[in-house]
Amino acid sequence: MFEQRYAILREDYANAGKASSAIKSALKQLGIAPDILRRIAVACYEAEINLIIHSYGGEILMNIDEENSKVILSFNDTGPGIPDMEKALTPGFSTASATAREFGFGAGMGLPNIKRVSDEFDVVSSSEGTHLKIGFYV
Amino acid sequence: MDIKVLRIAEFLEREKQMKVRELAEKSGFQVHADEIAFDKEIEGVFCGDLLSWVMGNCHESNAWITVQTHLNVVAVAALKEISCLIIVQDASIPQETLDKAKEEHIAVFETSMSAYEACVFCHEIGC
Repeated sequence: MFEQRYAILREDYANAGKASSAIKSALKQLGIAPDILRRIAVACYEAEINLIIHSYGGEILMNIDEENSKVILSFNDTGPGIPDMEKALTPGFSTASATAREFGFGAGMGLPNIKRVSDEFDVVSSSEGTHLKIGFYV
Repeated sequence: MDIKVLRIAEFLEREKQMKVRELAEKSGFQVHADEIAFDKEIEGVFCGDLLSWVMGNCHESNAWITVQTHLNVVAVAALKEISCLIIVQDASIPQETLDKAKEEHIAVFETSMSAYEACVFCHEIGC
């Protein structure tokens, strides 16, 4: 199984999108179809931004499950967790800081966008951390 | 050439994709771009300042009109394969944003027009 790991730091706006770009490039080289690649890029960027804006930091793990022809992206952080998951999944709801909003984030479309473009979506959250796992059939 | 043929010719001319280079020539906007950036085709225009909204709704090869100039605009543009950025209302653009756009071969236009005026203008010239 092909696997790559990327560390994401809290409020590291300057490097936002780097991991997503690297993942997109790696998958492009593996010959993933452009339309699937674009969906992966959208979801990955949104989730990467969520780690930067909302979490204490964490990592992105990319796996390619060749047996099931699937790309799996996992986003794991160390907290503080999502207090109200239902609200977090509601388009337009955001808890982004003023700084994040200044940069154009905080539209409240992060998780809804991720859910919409992914083929598999699973999120578990507690004060210990949030674990988001998304899959794409390729 | 009879009138019917003329109309088809006009239609084909209108339907032809505009390149970033043509937008630069027709608009007179100040532009930062290299040859690869100039050669990209523009298919439609998207206007918005909320990055997730743009991420979720704009299409590849769109020209993107925004007042956002932070580095992350380039990350979104690159990931969504946007053809070029049109920064409106003379919003000041940090050098790091221009450097990153250059690295990603994404043209950055600057104009004093409002987002609305830029949309109308792009429509008029056939973007």
